[in-house]
Amino acid sequence: MTSTRVLVTGLGTTSPLGGDVESTWSGLLEGRSGVDVLKHDWAEQLSTQIAAEVAVEPGDVLDRVKARRLDRSGQLALVAALEAWADAGFGDGGDSVDSERLAVAMASGIGGVTTLLNNYDSLRDKGPRRVSPLAIPMLMPNGPAAAIGLSIGAKAGVHTPVSACASGNEAIALGIDLIRLGRADVVVVGGTEAAVHPLPMAAFGQMMALSKRNDEPALASRPWDKGRDGFVLGEGAAVLVLESEAHATARGAKVYAEASGAGVTADSHDIAQPDPAGLGATRAMKIALRESGLSAADVVHINAHATSTPQGDVAEAGAIKNALGDASGGVVLTSTKSMTGHLLGAAGALESVSVVLALHHRVVPPTINLDDPEDIGLDIATEKRDLPAEGDLAALNNSFGFGGHNVAVAFKSV
Amino acid sequence: MASKTEIQTDLATIVEEIAGVPADDVQPDKEFIGDLDVDSLSMVEIVVAAEEKFGVRIPDNDVKGLKTVGDAVDYIDKAQA
Repeated sequence: MTSTRVLVTGLGTTSPLGGDVESTWSGLLEGRSGVDVLKHDWAEQLSTQIAAEVAVEPGDVLDRVKARRLDRSGQLALVAALEAWADAGFGDGGDSVDSERLAVAMASGIGGVTTLLNNYDSLRDKGPRRVSPLAIPMLMPNGPAAAIGLSIGAKAGVHTPVSACASGNEAIALGIDLIRLGRADVVVVGGTEAAVHPLPMAAFGQMMALSKRNDEPALASRPWDKGRDGFVLGEGAAVLVLESEAHATARGAKVYAEASGAGVTADSHDIAQPDPAGLGATRAMKIALRESGLSAADVVHINAHATSTPQGDVAEAGAIKNALGDASGGVVLTSTKSMTGHLLGAAGALESVSVVLALHHRVVPPTINLDDPEDIGLDIATEKRDLPAEGDLAALNNSFGFGGHNVAVAFKSV
Repeated sequence: MASKTEIQTDLATIVEEIAGVPADDVQPDKEFIGDLDVDSLSMVEIVVAAEEKFGVRIPDNDVKGLKTVGDAVDYIDKAQA
């Protein structure tokens, strides 16, 4: 394996807890829920009427003309990417990058579903002349990646991993590969999703996947709690700037953490259900550790996929115990989805931002709503929890998706 | 039916909304693509918005002839009649 170290030098998010990293991170540490009752008229017809919408309207942050040429998923992605880009020191007047050594890997689970469906409504109600000429670039899943690439001038490749709820983590895995293969010095990676729309909500509802706790929105997302009844749909975007150690060192970049390795596996078991033995998830974690040169005992924290569905949460707990063995007893586990809901294709990216900040600040955010926990035999933080103040720390972020996708990404403190 | 002056004013508002060009710059002698930096997709959006606003139909083949703002104002004025 090549020895190129990949460092995280910039972060950006727009999430249900805030319009930037600082507000999102403080919301996570405070244990604040971003879930609320939907105000849209269409919500009345649905059995689930709650979701975690983004805290800040992305179109208000962007240039107006640029915003109206992007699907909401693209708007969210661009806001988060510009924050991460500036945070890494590459913004206006900042450091420069050779554009032919700059790549983007921006994931989405579903793509521009609102644009697709709104344009279908226009076609049906008003005819083909009223379909927007921008419909295709707005609805295609790589629209957000393309918008970011255009905005920062990336010419080493602009990619869009699509692997359901593992997409955001897969983008990070791809970014690590691109740097290790020598194809880029800097890769802007992350995920975005904006699917709070009646069709996806009805469709997830038909899968019996969503919580129906409409009267208690803040209590609805409750991973590992015996009272959980499904996940809460969230929206948002999160972006990390990954950079080769040589490039980051040469410009004296601020470094949050090392993205040390990733494991990407597939269950090959079922279209939607995870392998009940969690073998694919176990392998993903083991590969991420091996690629990172870590042993199970090095891992102090895991941000679990833990969506708050009865099947998934318990299967993952088993996989963690299989992957780490006895060392799983020393791991602080959390599910940020208890606060943000499930951001689908952006989930892995937002949760990786949380892991990077947990290592950087040496504190793990809580899992909220854990009133009556399942006995999973793991240490779940229900209050924010300090990590050891000294020494090297390592953590994992898990994401699993419909289709049997499993991606674990390992990070190390620097 | 809108007068030429009204067409000019409303068209300028549409161009500002869609392409971000200040309405005051949308003058009859200005070319959409050359002077106002309106790209081809925005031009399609402007044409469709103008059709809706003025109740006219502007076939794709005729759009090619609308190089300047003045061309468009004249076309819409005639098409209204």
